[in-house]
Amino acid sequence: MTTAPVTATKAGLLSCETCGLLSQPASTDESGYCPRCGGELEARRHRSIERTWALVIAAAICYIPANMLPVLGTTTLVSTEYDTIMGGVVFLFSSGSWPLALIVLIASVMVPLGKLVALSYLLITVRRGSVQRGTERTQLYRVVEFVGRWSMLDVFVDTFTVALVQLDPLMSVHPGAGVLFFAAVVVLTMIAASTFDPRLIWDASAEPAPSKENSPQQESNLG
Amino acid sequence: MPEGKQLGGELTPVACHQCDLLQVLPDLPTGGKASCPRCGYTLATRPVDSIERSLALTIAALLVLVVANATPLMGLSAVGRHASTTIIGGAYQMWLEGQELTAAIVAFCAIIAPAGFLLCLLLVLLAVRRPPAPRWVGGMLRWAEYTRPWAMTEVMMLGIMVALIKIADLAKVDAGIGMFAVGVLMLLFPAILSSVDTEELWARVAWHEPGPKSGPATRRLPASNPMVGLEKTDAEKADPEGRPESTNSQTPSSRSRS
Repeated sequence: MTTAPVTATKAGLLSCETCGLLSQPASTDESGYCPRCGGELEARRHRSIERTWALVIAAAICYIPANMLPVLGTTTLVSTEYDTIMGGVVFLFSSGSWPLALIVLIASVMVPLGKLVALSYLLITVRRGSVQRGTERTQLYRVVEFVGRWSMLDVFVDTFTVALVQLDPLMSVHPGAGVLFFAAVVVLTMIAASTFDPRLIWDASAEPAPSKENSPQQESNLG
Repeated sequence: MPEGKQLGGELTPVACHQCDLLQVLPDLPTGGKASCPRCGYTLATRPVDSIERSLALTIAALLVLVVANATPLMGLSAVGRHASTTIIGGAYQMWLEGQELTAAIVAFCAIIAPAGFLLCLLLVLLAVRRPPAPRWVGGMLRWAEYTRPWAMTEVMMLGIMVALIKIADLAKVDAGIGMFAVGVLMLLFPAILSSVDTEELWARVAWHEPGPKSGPATRRLPASNPMVGLEKTDAEKADPEGRPESTNSQTPSSRSRS
C-alpha cells in the first residue's frame, strides 16, 4: 500500500455496527443514531479497552477456582469422589478415549487460557500503538471470537452427567463449585471478545496525525 | 421494489467492520463473496435464493428445536432402573443441586438463545417478503444478531456425546430421539447462517428515520482502497480531505441520547 489507507473515521463517516450502513454524523460532538436501523452510532465501541481489560481480568480471576475447585462430585455407597476439570480429562484418557480427552483438554483448559493471553496481547499492542502485523492480529481476534463458545463444552458435559446419573443411593453425581466459575470464565471472555473493537488495531496505522475525534474513548483512558 | 435490487447496478460504499477501511462493494454475483483487502473480513455474501432458502431452513430448525426439547436426549439403565433426561431437565437438575446461575447459563445457551434467534429470524424473513418491511423488523433483526453468538447447539451436541461416553463406563446408556434432533439442529444452524444475506435483509427494512430522498448511503466516496477491478471515483481528486459530498450522504438523526 503506497498511500495511507482511508478509513471511515478519517473520512468523517460512521459505519453502523448493527446494520452496516455508512452515514455521515450531523455533528462531530454527537454521533447520533443510524437512520436505517436506529442503532446508536459510535466511531469505536464505547470504552472498548477499559471494558475489555476489566472483563479479561475478571475472567482470569475466575479461571483459578474454575481449575482448582471440583466440577463434579460422584457419590457411591462407600465414598464420594471429586473431580476437577483436569481430573475429567485424565479420566477420559485413562478410560481409553484419548481423542475425547484431547477435545476436552483443548476446549476446557487451553482455549480459555489462550483467549485470555490473546486478548491481553491485543489490548497491549493496541495501547502501545503498534502498527505491525495488523492482519495477523485481526485474524487472531477472529479466532478468539470463533473458538470462545467451545469452552462451554465442559459445562454441558457436567450438566448432562448430573442430570442423568441420579441413582440414589447407589450412585449419584452432583455439580461442584468449579462449574459456576468455569461458566463465568466462558461468559466473561465471550463478552470481552465482543467489547474489544478490532478497528483499534488499525487506528495506529491510520497515521499521520489521527484527528481527535478518531477515537475519543481510546484517548480518554490514557490519563 | 426492494432496495437491495436498486443497489444492484450501483457501488455500495462500506467500511470494514473489523478494520474500518473504506471501500466500495462490487456488484456481487450470486453465490459471490467480498472480503476486505486489508484484513480479510468477509464484507458481504450473496447466497443463492437467500430469503426463501433461509425461511425454509428456519422453519425446519424451529420444528427440530421443538423435537429436541420435547424428547429425551439419552437414557441410562443400571441395576434394573432406568433414567432419562431432556435439555431442560439437565438445567433443572443443576438448579435443584444449588447451581442456579449455571442452570440459567445452560438454559440460555441451549434453549433460549437458539429459540430466540430462530423466532426473530422467522419473523424477519416473513416480514421482508413484501418490502418495505415495517420498522419493528429492524429490532427483530437486531435481536437475532444479539442472540446468535449464544446459541450453542453444536457445543451442546459435543457435550452430550462426551457425557454419554463418560457415563457409558459406569452404566448402560442409550441415545434418545432428542440427541438426534440436536444433531440435525447442529447441521441446520450453519446452513441458516450461510444462507442469510443480512445486507439484503437490512435493505428491505423500512428506514428508522425518513431519510433524504437521495437514496441509500453515500454514493460517491473516496475510493482510494478500491476492491479489485474497480475504477477510482474522481471524488477523491476533487476533495483532498476525502470527504464525500454531503448532499449525497445520509445524515443520521441527532436526537439526544437517552
